[in-house]
Amino acid sequence: MKKSIEELRQIGKEKLDRIGLRVGLEAKTESKTQIMVCGGTGCHSSSSHILIQNLKDELKAHNLDKEVEVIQTGCFGLCQKGPIVIIYPEGTFYSHVQPADFKEIVEKHIIGKEIVDRLVLDEIKADPNDGLNKLEFYKKQNRNALGNCGLLDPECIDEYLAFKGYEALYKVVTTMTQDQVIQEILDSGLRGRGGAGFPTGMKWKFAKAAQNDKKYVVCNADEGDPGAFMDRSVLEGDPHVIVEAMAIAAYAIGADEGYVYVRAEYPIAVKRLTIAINQAREYGLLGKDIMGTGFNFDLHVRLGAGAFVCGEETALLNSVEGKRGEPRPRPPFPANEGAFKKPTVLNNVETLANIPKIIREGAKWFSDMGTEDSKGTKVFALGGKIANTGLVEVEMGTTLREIVYDIGGGIPDNKAFKAAQTGGPSGGCIPAQHLDTPIDFKSLAEVGSMMGSGGLIVMDEDNCMVDVARFFMDFIVDESCGKCSPCRIGTKRMLEILNRICDGEGQEGDVEKLEDLAKAIKAGSLCALGQTAANPVLSTLRYFRPEYEAHIKDKKCPAGVCKNLITFTIDPAKCVGCSLCAKKCPVNAISGEVKSPFVINQEECIKCGLCLQTCKFKAIDKK
Amino acid sequence: MVDLISIENLEPLKEIIAQHKEEPGCIMPILQETQGAYGYLPIELQKVIADELNIPLSEVYGIVTFYTQFTLVQKGKYKIGVCMGTACYVRGAQNVLDRVERELKIAVGQTTEDKKFTIEATRCLGACGLAPVMMINEDVYGALTPDKIPGILAKY
Repeated sequence: MKKSIEELRQIGKEKLDRIGLRVGLEAKTESKTQIMVCGGTGCHSSSSHILIQNLKDELKAHNLDKEVEVIQTGCFGLCQKGPIVIIYPEGTFYSHVQPADFKEIVEKHIIGKEIVDRLVLDEIKADPNDGLNKLEFYKKQNRNALGNCGLLDPECIDEYLAFKGYEALYKVVTTMTQDQVIQEILDSGLRGRGGAGFPTGMKWKFAKAAQNDKKYVVCNADEGDPGAFMDRSVLEGDPHVIVEAMAIAAYAIGADEGYVYVRAEYPIAVKRLTIAINQAREYGLLGKDIMGTGFNFDLHVRLGAGAFVCGEETALLNSVEGKRGEPRPRPPFPANEGAFKKPTVLNNVETLANIPKIIREGAKWFSDMGTEDSKGTKVFALGGKIANTGLVEVEMGTTLREIVYDIGGGIPDNKAFKAAQTGGPSGGCIPAQHLDTPIDFKSLAEVGSMMGSGGLIVMDEDNCMVDVARFFMDFIVDESCGKCSPCRIGTKRMLEILNRICDGEGQEGDVEKLEDLAKAIKAGSLCALGQTAANPVLSTLRYFRPEYEAHIKDKKCPAGVCKNLITFTIDPAKCVGCSLCAKKCPVNAISGEVKSPFVINQEECIKCGLCLQTCKFKAIDKK
Repeated sequence: MVDLISIENLEPLKEIIAQHKEEPGCIMPILQETQGAYGYLPIELQKVIADELNIPLSEVYGIVTFYTQFTLVQKGKYKIGVCMGTACYVRGAQNVLDRVERELKIAVGQTTEDKKFTIEATRCLGACGLAPVMMINEDVYGALTPDKIPGILAKY
């Protein structure tokens, strides 16, 4: 049933009475305790959905299912320690919770009012309550785009309404002109979070200025950058914010139809987004005559089909239209000629997630955060060789060191930091000497990388930078759509050179050839995929050139990664002949008599390194 | 697992097409649902889609071969997807993949002769906290090392 704003506010208020205890309000209903279980992809992969069912069943068995609610939420961000469970009103923070832990949680915590010690992280062992404010991981964060992730049930529109949901849309359609909305976004300084960092308000302004009877709003949720999962987490944890933001964008530019183009690899995100759209329709927040103002807007979901290039806006539009996802030459830009040749605004998920709050709190609230050229906050997906893998949101201008060490908890196993990779296949590696670089659009470009969509992969001394460059080039060759030759042929040639360097067949002059090709590809490619394809090579060359030279001239891989350039041997002085390595070796390349030194047959060794990990006597040498 | 429809039976395909025919850009959802129902998109099915939508077969084929999600050949009963996202790669995904290949004696992209397993190197699965990660159909395995592989495969 379509609802008036009064009815929507009433629904939100009643819901807040029930769930306000999550934000420190008094519980005004019979539900006095709420168990929040992370249902993001990471925790879901560790069976958090089974845990939820177990908890519900156990509570029912104890006749506690009215007083204690179990809620599946979006991502809390600390994926490394998942599945995460938070119990309100105390905010008790439990980590690594397995499906079998349900009994202890119900019997000990809920009934016995005691903390389940073994599920508490060491850092907050003394007092696990209010964990979200105590853990170092969260202290330096400023969660805006992720604000609702973990706080509410993403499959319930009433919970979104309880936390001011759709108030921004109401404000826009009832009190603001199109130009006022656009001006507000311009004043906020919000720049696109998908990679290029184009000012969002400008996009909207161009699309509004375009004269046409039909316009579209498209959300780019084709998050292809490997290691980046913030867009997925927003869709999984707070899908209504995207629906609301797209409706605001549509109002601002005069569109009445929208598409969300989302990766097919994100089934949970697709499911929750679809639920959100249906709920919004039911309440009259999508469809005809929204909030009685005569404004019409409706949304469709389109699934990607596994093509990285579709993250490029014009390729994405072709895909929405049911064509091969090849980029189009620009101009015309989508603001003038986008989906089905109509003026179109394309915004990334994280960009949109900022919009409702900017409208509610005002442009200044947003522009007060961040640096001169980069306002607000940015979400990063921390991954790789880092203690706290997960999703973090920080104010622009926070340094890389703060993210890696204070929030990320540093590098595991006492290894040395080698580089942080940002911007994915279009970005670059930032070495240790630039750890104090403030993270903003300009500073990252100055050190030869880029913001990109926010993937941040940490590498340690065991990672070979030539191999990493080869990895990204391999990705690009696979994903180049083939339309223009500099990208299609050029990247292939670069990959061949990188492959031979890693295989120990690098030649004098290879580095120079890579540099020449990089220039040509950058200058000649049609779209951003090609124009930025050489960045991982150029940035590793800039900071790790000696590593390339070691591969080419000395035929050595200093990090010990490139298999053709390393050998494993057993030091007879240290080997006690325990035979463990021989038992573990998957190709039976190790032989010997028990209690006398073993030997590795180099012809058969596949250099998997298992013997090195297995040996307790440090008798295996890798050179 | 849902049972796949035989490509002899074209009725479900026609229903899928009829359902989407009027939407602009309908071919993508049609291909996705068809592959979901039949398991793959052989030329026989593409011909029906081309006829029903009144577009050249070459256009359908062009789209099917452009997107990696679409497949022209039948896959194994169990699809093994080893994540090759950056976070998994820097934590040793290549060694995991090598081991899966060696255990099954097939290369990436291939299917075992008994049609039981297909190995794929997938794009980032987004479970970076569990890196390196592999999926076998819907089951996710995290924090992998090569020596865990034989035990995992033995479950199938």
